[in-house]
Amino acid sequence: MHMLLSNSMLHLAAGAEQVTALDKFKDFVNRWSVPQYSLPMFLLLMLGAFFGYRKWTKPIIFWPMMLVFTIVYFGFIPLDESYAAILQKPDNVPISMMIFLTLYFLWLGLRQAAINDHNMEVGKPLIEEDREDKVLCWPDLVYTELLAMVLCTVVLIIWSVCLKAPLEAAANPAGPPNPSKAPWYFLGLQEMLVYFDPWMAGVVLPGLIILGLAAMPYIDTNPKGNGYYTFKERKFAILTWMFGYLILWCVLIVFGTFLRGPNWNFFGPFQTWDSHRVDALTNINVSDIWYVVILGGKLPSSMLVREWPGLVLSGFWFFALPYLLTKIKFFGRLRTQMGFARYYLMAVLFVVMMLVPVKMVGRWTMNLKYIIAMPEISFNL
Amino acid sequence: MLQGVINSVRESQVWSSIFRHGIPRDRRTRVMAIMSNVFLHLHPVAVRKSGIRLSFTWCMGGLTFFLFIAETISGVLLMFYYRPVVEYAYSDIIQMRAALTLGVMREIHRWGAHAMIIAVWLHMMRVFLTGSYKPPREFNWVVGVILLVLTMLLSFTGYLLPWDQLAIWAITVGSKMAEATPFAGMNGPGRELLQLPGGIPIVTPYSDAKFLLLAGDSVGEAALLRFYVLHCIAIPLGAATLIAVHFWRIRKDGGISGPM
Ligand code: HEM
Repeated sequence: MHMLLSNSMLHLAAGAEQVTALDKFKDFVNRWSVPQYSLPMFLLLMLGAFFGYRKWTKPIIFWPMMLVFTIVYFGFIPLDESYAAILQKPDNVPISMMIFLTLYFLWLGLRQAAINDHNMEVGKPLIEEDREDKVLCWPDLVYTELLAMVLCTVVLIIWSVCLKAPLEAAANPAGPPNPSKAPWYFLGLQEMLVYFDPWMAGVVLPGLIILGLAAMPYIDTNPKGNGYYTFKERKFAILTWMFGYLILWCVLIVFGTFLRGPNWNFFGPFQTWDSHRVDALTNINVSDIWYVVILGGKLPSSMLVREWPGLVLSGFWFFALPYLLTKIKFFGRLRTQMGFARYYLMAVLFVVMMLVPVKMVGRWTMNLKYIIAMPEISFNL
Repeated sequence: MLQGVINSVRESQVWSSIFRHGIPRDRRTRVMAIMSNVFLHLHPVAVRKSGIRLSFTWCMGGLTFFLFIAETISGVLLMFYYRPVVEYAYSDIIQMRAALTLGVMREIHRWGAHAMIIAVWLHMMRVFLTGSYKPPREFNWVVGVILLVLTMLLSFTGYLLPWDQLAIWAITVGSKMAEATPFAGMNGPGRELLQLPGGIPIVTPYSDAKFLLLAGDSVGEAALLRFYVLHCIAIPLGAATLIAVHFWRIRKDGGISGPM
């Protein structure tokens, strides 16, 4: 009797301890998942992945890592209701797909880059090197295509049978849900609304993404790395592009779908979406910083006088910085290699992209809202 | 016996009027199989071995195209039962759900659309990582970028059609952005600069970029019809045309890329 009792008490105690340990862990994750901590961490992770690509892409390292990640990713579904709700929302299933497929294909690409870069160093041929080796499309290609089609059909049918497409209540023009979210593939842009006004987040930035993508082949004059996987020969191009794609596009989509709740407040993965939570906003503009904080006075009434610090800063960023960058050896070399037009097109697109993280850091460290604030003419940057 | 039947089918006038080559077993008939078929002849007769390795292309362009076709077929089936009118749109979807086979069609169409977006992004990432946008394929990359935009617009316009809360508010959020277009949106910077003589503003709630998108100042009846026509006719036609250009250019640019 005594034995039994103490045994079950022991179990109880152990159980209680486990719960708190788990709670502590969840709390820890919630606290560290806010953008100001997690985005820099994702960036470090990305840089680590690219500079350490020769090591971790070995299958013997990659697959166990992927396995652990998968277990952790899905393992928390039974352990946490909020997390389960987010992950199991039908329209969020594509996000999980995107995460896993992107990781897998990033590996597949970098793995081949690692092999190729090594082979080039030791004078062995590239994986893709088979100039003389042509095969007929029938059967080699058409059968692969047929198989891919069959496989894709099977996956799509299973997915469709198992998971109903979402359908909510009939449209009610008077009753917006909270949060109101754009389709998931635009949530990176909606996340930009936290840091920019709609004319930037919804029009200028996406416009420049499209323009920049289209201009890319005409800007990138590096003749190397054409038609085969490599990282070593195209470090700057790959890192810049991947920063835009992985961090500013994909990670922000994950934030927007998984972690943005009512009123677009940020919630950790294990936090319940509380629609009454009010996040205090005490944002200030560059003009406030200059006239009020630094000079200790009041804002001037004339718009242009008031905003000159922001105008100067922006002018510096968009016009002077592309030129000043050429003083750095690396960019100077690019400038001579690429010529005037190409270099400045690239540099302006580059600083526009970099404005995004700069404004984020400004927000996180000093509650910066606008660099230029001219609500009089709806021009806030 | 079976072989006999197969042989006599193969030798019949009907069969040989369709397939003008023998069973693709040797080099000549295999070449013929590709060349004498309008669909297959999108392919070159012979390709670089490394170019068709799955680990090189990830088959992502191919899957994007396949999903585009799957979307077209399932979409046409859905069109039979769906009316783009505010009174019916939502209830048509509800009824479709009840009928099992068509229910699955809607699922296939929606999940397929999500999958197509992911596939086209991964395809772009592959083309980027192999540097395949570099000369001589610059223009095909640009065609690809337009296809990327069209793919997302296809999905965006389709998102409105079920006419549920998810639909109209997602599109409302999206179209809020149009309102802020510089110079052309009601709340965009620079709109005051566009005036007719006499100070009459050109950009009004009834003439701005959002109005162009929604055919109204909010997501309503006219927007539903507009999105329907864009979703079912205009954008698919544009995408199909550009896909044809894209494939044509792959061949003209020397086939799948590889080290020179
Ligand atoms: C509806 C969308 C698209 C379809 C159906 C499509 C289809 C394809 C297919 C089947 C290929 C053959 C090789 C492969 O599968 O990788 C290909 C190649 C190519 N695609 Fe796309 N694509 C689409 C969008 C894009 C996008 C968004 C881009 C880039 C921004 C792009 C750029 C290219 C380029 C440059 C090639 C040549 C690659 C090489 O030669 O290695 N495509 N595309």
